[in-house]
Amino acid sequence: MAKNTLSSRFRRVDIDEYDENKFVDDQDEAAEHLGPDSAEVDNLIRNGDMMTAFHIALRNPPINTKNPAVKERAQAIVLKVLTSFRAGDIEQAVRSLDRNGVDLLMKYIYRGFEKPSDNSSAILLQWHEKAFAVGGLGSIVRVLTSRKTV
Amino acid sequence: MAYHSFQLEPISCHAWNKDRTQIALCPNDHDVHIYKKEGSGWSKSHVLREHNGQVTGIDWAPESNRIVTCGTDRNAYVWTLKGNVWKPTLVILRINRAARCVRWSPKENKFAVGSGSRLISVCYFEQDNDWWVCKHIKKPIRSTILSLDWHPNNVLLAAGSCDFKCRIFSAYIKELEDKPAPTSWGSKMPFGEVMFESSGTAGWVHGVCFSGSGNRVAWASHDSTVAVAEGGKSPVITTLSSVTLPLLCVTFITENSLVAAGHDCYPALFVYDAAKGALTFGGKLDVPKQSAQRGMTARERFQNLDKKATVESKEAVLESLHKNSISQISILEGDKAKCSKFCTTGMDGGMAVWDVKTLESAMKDLKIV
Repeated sequence: MAKNTLSSRFRRVDIDEYDENKFVDDQDEAAEHLGPDSAEVDNLIRNGDMMTAFHIALRNPPINTKNPAVKERAQAIVLKVLTSFRAGDIEQAVRSLDRNGVDLLMKYIYRGFEKPSDNSSAILLQWHEKAFAVGGLGSIVRVLTSRKTV
Repeated sequence: MAYHSFQLEPISCHAWNKDRTQIALCPNDHDVHIYKKEGSGWSKSHVLREHNGQVTGIDWAPESNRIVTCGTDRNAYVWTLKGNVWKPTLVILRINRAARCVRWSPKENKFAVGSGSRLISVCYFEQDNDWWVCKHIKKPIRSTILSLDWHPNNVLLAAGSCDFKCRIFSAYIKELEDKPAPTSWGSKMPFGEVMFESSGTAGWVHGVCFSGSGNRVAWASHDSTVAVAEGGKSPVITTLSSVTLPLLCVTFITENSLVAAGHDCYPALFVYDAAKGALTFGGKLDVPKQSAQRGMTARERFQNLDKKATVESKEAVLESLHKNSISQISILEGDKAKCSKFCTTGMDGGMAVWDVKTLESAMKDLKIV
């Protein structure tokens, strides 16, 4: 009895791997976007071309990557663009987006809420108000239920 | 628009008899109450007491006048009317989780039960043994089946599931029927075959519905989307992301129009244009009461500004007919190809009957194609 209770190697076995009813998430084999191009966006912000910077920042969202660093980087770029906007221009920028764009913007806004910094919350709330006016409760529900997080 | 409040608790599910004089509903407990229409009101005529858990699905077969109920006690009962008493027959579903929804097939010779055991039980009556037997559809379902709907050919079954997919299965039972003719979803239909699987929407699929012809299937998903798929060599899926809260139930009222209702407490119309491949929001199908516009005193304005940072006063009262989420919608008059009246029940314990003609005339831009 003493012999077979010494080894605790059985504790290392991952029993869930052997469960035949295990739920395996099928991820689509979509292309891995790597987030917007930081240099391009910085250039546009310096030149004052906010609308283009906005559209470029929302391109190539890192939805399918599992790499958190890529997601962090994309989030930082989008946040920089959102905070550099003037309050009056926000509405126009939101209007220029299509349905999917508004959903994507909402995802970034809520991601931004997760880590509030000094002046990000106020501007994010303004963006949220304008995006909500266009996307409605449905866009917020889609942020909550979407399994492809940005 | 008639609204009748049965009780204060939610109505879990309901079903109408053939001539729409009786409604069977579950008042959020273990029983089924049958109400008979009496003048302009409803009186309780029967109480069906057999389940040990909440009754989650009721369906009333119009021709054979049998009621099938399923509940969280993992059982289903088929009730037949003998004289003035409903007698239950137990159906062994062989599931180890709660049953969630049940539907008679169009010919009423079999019914399907969706459950939390990640499978669909298709049950039919075996004459020799005088007993209801069931066959399981298991693959490739990964989670609870929330809703079911039969195709008019009595063989295909649409199932909405918590694994974010709407699928069409074949529920062909060779002991019961002949080989079905090919449909737009495929021609080989052995039992359990997946004829169609949806993609592109996230969120649990709360409600599914075949169109009147069976060539289209619509589903409402928890990510606030409605989608329609048209059968064919390669099925075309059209989705609409709505701005409302998620919809829980959906039904076709003509071949091109759907009515869906859910957590926003009002039914909404959606129009599908096959030529353009587009699904559009047709309008809110609720006639709100005209709330009296009171002028605000200056004091109220400042109070609002102080408390809510806004000068408008938004009353926290729902203006819709139903005061809580609508959980089920059923066709009252007509059929899925041309419906003239439909009925909704919800978590506020009330039942509303909606007349399509009245709605069309009340809302000017409403067009039901």
